Amino acid sequence: MKTENQKAWFFVLPVLLLVAFNALIPMMTVVNYSVQETFGDNLFFWEGLTWFEQILRSDRFHAALGRQFMFTALILIIEIPLGIAIALSMPRKGFWVPVCLVLMALPMLIPWNVVGAMWNIFALPDIGLMGYFLNHVLGINYDMTQDPVAAWVTIITMDVWHWTSLVVLLAYAGLVSIPDAYYQAAKIDGASNWSVFRFIQLPKMKNVLTIAILLRFMDSFNIYTEPFVLTGGGPGNSTTLLSIDLVKIALGQFDLGPAAAMSLIYFAITLLVSWLFYTLMTKDDLN
Amino acid sequence: MAKITLKNLRHSYYTNPKGPQDFALKEVDLDWQDGGAYALLGPSGCGKSTLLNIISGLLVPSEGQILFDGNDMTTATPDQRNIAQVFQFPVIYDTMTVRENLAFPLKNRGVDPATIDQRVYEIAEMLEVTDMLDRRAAGLSPDNKQKISMGRGLVRDDVNVVMFDEPLTVIDPHLKWKLRTKLKELHQRVGRTMIYVTHDQTEALTFADQVVVMELGEVVQVGTPVELFERPAHTFVGHFIGSPGMNVLPAEIKNGVAHFYGHPVELEGPIKEGTSGKLEVGIRPEFVGLGDTGIEAHVRKVSDIGKHTVVDVEVGEHRVSAILNGAPPAKGDIVHLQFKPSQTRLYADGWLATDVVPESTATGEDAA
Amino acid sequence: MALVLNNITKVVRGVTHIKPTSLTLEKGHFNVLLGETGAGKTSLIKMMAGIDPIASGTVVMDGNDITKLNTQKRRISLVHQFFVNYPHMTVFDNIASPLRVAGMSKSEIEGRVGEAADILKLGPMLHRRPHELSGGQQQRCALARAIAKDSQAVFLDEPLANLDYKLREELRELLPELFADRGAVVVYATSEPEEALLLGGETALMVDGKVAQFGPTAEIYRAPSSLMAAQVFSDPPINHATVRKQGSAFHLGEVSWAAVGDAAGLTDGDYTVAIRPNHVLPNVSAEARVAVTGTVGVTELSGSESSAHFEFGDNGWVSLAHGTHPYSLGEDHTFYMNTDACLYFALDGNRVA
Repeated sequence: MKTENQKAWFFVLPVLLLVAFNALIPMMTVVNYSVQETFGDNLFFWEGLTWFEQILRSDRFHAALGRQFMFTALILIIEIPLGIAIALSMPRKGFWVPVCLVLMALPMLIPWNVVGAMWNIFALPDIGLMGYFLNHVLGINYDMTQDPVAAWVTIITMDVWHWTSLVVLLAYAGLVSIPDAYYQAAKIDGASNWSVFRFIQLPKMKNVLTIAILLRFMDSFNIYTEPFVLTGGGPGNSTTLLSIDLVKIALGQFDLGPAAAMSLIYFAITLLVSWLFYTLMTKDDLN
Repeated sequence: MAKITLKNLRHSYYTNPKGPQDFALKEVDLDWQDGGAYALLGPSGCGKSTLLNIISGLLVPSEGQILFDGNDMTTATPDQRNIAQVFQFPVIYDTMTVRENLAFPLKNRGVDPATIDQRVYEIAEMLEVTDMLDRRAAGLSPDNKQKISMGRGLVRDDVNVVMFDEPLTVIDPHLKWKLRTKLKELHQRVGRTMIYVTHDQTEALTFADQVVVMELGEVVQVGTPVELFERPAHTFVGHFIGSPGMNVLPAEIKNGVAHFYGHPVELEGPIKEGTSGKLEVGIRPEFVGLGDTGIEAHVRKVSDIGKHTVVDVEVGEHRVSAILNGAPPAKGDIVHLQFKPSQTRLYADGWLATDVVPESTATGEDAA
Repeated sequence: MALVLNNITKVVRGVTHIKPTSLTLEKGHFNVLLGETGAGKTSLIKMMAGIDPIASGTVVMDGNDITKLNTQKRRISLVHQFFVNYPHMTVFDNIASPLRVAGMSKSEIEGRVGEAADILKLGPMLHRRPHELSGGQQQRCALARAIAKDSQAVFLDEPLANLDYKLREELRELLPELFADRGAVVVYATSEPEEALLLGGETALMVDGKVAQFGPTAEIYRAPSSLMAAQVFSDPPINHATVRKQGSAFHLGEVSWAAVGDAAGLTDGDYTVAIRPNHVLPNVSAEARVAVTGTVGVTELSGSESSAHFEFGDNGWVSLAHGTHPYSLGEDHTFYMNTDACLYFALDGNRVA
């Protein structure tokens, strides 16, 4: 057995190296920056936890973090139920199954910056299809470059359009794996459609939904490209999510120390919330 | 509670069946008496699951009618038919406790809570699951899960029929026996019509008072276990029921006497008039004995299975099995076979072609 | 020439799954592992096949220690309960795949596949894919792959469990012939006592991750070494009760019978008596003479045999008799024990007579 174990390590080694280069080393660089001050020229001054304190006390950080949580909460509240609903209404066998699946998968195949650019043009009040329609056909005053509410509605709609498919596909996979006997038994037991959903479909989808929620949480909490391309964080700071703010500090202001500290806090929050989600959603399975 | 009648049922899974081969069910006429314990027995693909789904209302037949106490229920939903069904794999509601699972069919029908409590308790007692009533059903072992599935079928006292679709498939052999016994006991206690679908002859024969044997979409024979065992109406029944199954040997008639491999064979009674076609002699291994005279055979294999010995012999190129008690011959021995006349029958094109002489009514006591 | 296990154990995260097990599995007949689900049959097979690690002990094949040899390098075949075939390959390619891996010549592969397909009646289906086959045919394909390969050991893990009753009977008939002259050690796991008896050979009774008894199948059926072994090897379950021996007789409640043979030499005291259902009969006969009376519960009729459950002793008892017998539920019925067939166990479960 020993020889086999060593062989196994040998095979895992490339992955370990990759992870080290990919994650650990950059992260250590970030840790390094987060406790020092630099003015370029490779000159560093020890700062200890100053940056962390500064970030955690900063109103700007609190506001960005609040916006970030709000964004994630909204898209989860919309995408998860919507995804389940679409999955439930999809056919379970026959000709339309592959058609629906391909249609569903399409938005996810589009690169993120393209999505941002697409929606940006789409929403332009004078020439964008949606912007024009809202302003000139429906007479709604819509301009996301001026109105924070319009900007929020647009980035949320964009994300829902882009990512609900993921929830749909996962929920659908969960649904089709339920044996027919369950539906037949429920019919015989006289269960209502709601009962079928509540006691058969939802419990059987639980595992895939856990994955869907985790993926959507992590993705949306770290989202950058699409809203940046779409609104650039504006109008004002109204759609400046945490990631956008971070890039502003790091690259815009070149405050590497605070940006590094912020990244680490950001990372810690993502990790903590993911862990919380996971523990809460799988706690029943342990009994 | 109701008598269930199947009238001229035919079913095809094709929209435009072209011939008999496209029918999963070819012409079925059956009566299921109220309170009976029935089994529907046959190999996979014989149409028994189709028939079951038609009775439960999960499938509407292409042709024919299903009557419950004379009322046409052919297109009624499972819910309207007041039936219960237990599936091959235990169906339980994972998030509910055992109690909630058992109460579910009653709750859906708006039964008052006090009655629900009482019924659930009674059923739990019968199934011996009272101590797990408040446990989550998801964590139970397969046999207990299947008990809960059965419980949900039995908890309603207004069901017309409880149907079991190979319910012991996922149960361990040593527990199968217990659950089968439990089921039989439940039937004797609640006296409700039960239909048990299976490919396992032991399960069918031990559970049912009346067994319906199916093959290729047709009912081959309906009878009590003893009838099916002792006087199979078709060689398929003889082969399918019994372990090993009935010996079916090629025969010919010379001067009105059946012959197998050149030896005259005495039958249970006279050969039916006009018998022709492919002729075969059917004799169960239980009724093949060894003696000093008889058909000469060569012993191929001897299996001691504890309670008796199964001996496989060859007569020319034909194989014959015999079940023996007492000292068995050794492999390679030459033996002489004797067929018990009262249990030896002639079959023409598969169907029974002898009549019984009235006085020699065969009983099971004769079994070797 | 045999597969020898020397004190092998399996430990998963500190929990012992297989207690020290030593077995010598010979060629030329079936070696049956009989036990309930969870008794460790599959674990033991996986250990012998090199799929699961062995915590301690050695596995020796024909005199060579193969404990540390990779599964791929062992010349073995394994047939599962579930029909495992390569879905994208035809039956021919499925059977041929291990031969191709072994680097056999094309003509030899064709010869071997043809032979295996002939025996298993797969000839007309060689060009089909597994999903076009019935369950029985799929399992025959898996079996053909096992016999075409030149294996030193063939492991069959409940290969018939998922098949229809009659198919099971046919294949069970075929199996011993199939492997008779292959020169491989054949190990067959099953949970059905009758299957073990039909396959013959030698049987290892497995209980709770260890071998309770090992020996010629019919012999250990007749002479179980412990109550546990007798229970594993009995379907329906073996009847048992606590009896008191006093002088030259056994007393079970009001029933008593003479102690004969080995049982006569037992010291006075309490024992457990066990008797198979087919030795408790509804009619008195020369062998079955000792009357026991109990209230009849469930009765079952299987055509050739009828069984009755009745309340007796600490547990319910079962009678299994040839023919049909009229019983009615809830009525007292007298059954007759063939006490010559009784097995006696000390209260710790070890057989004493």
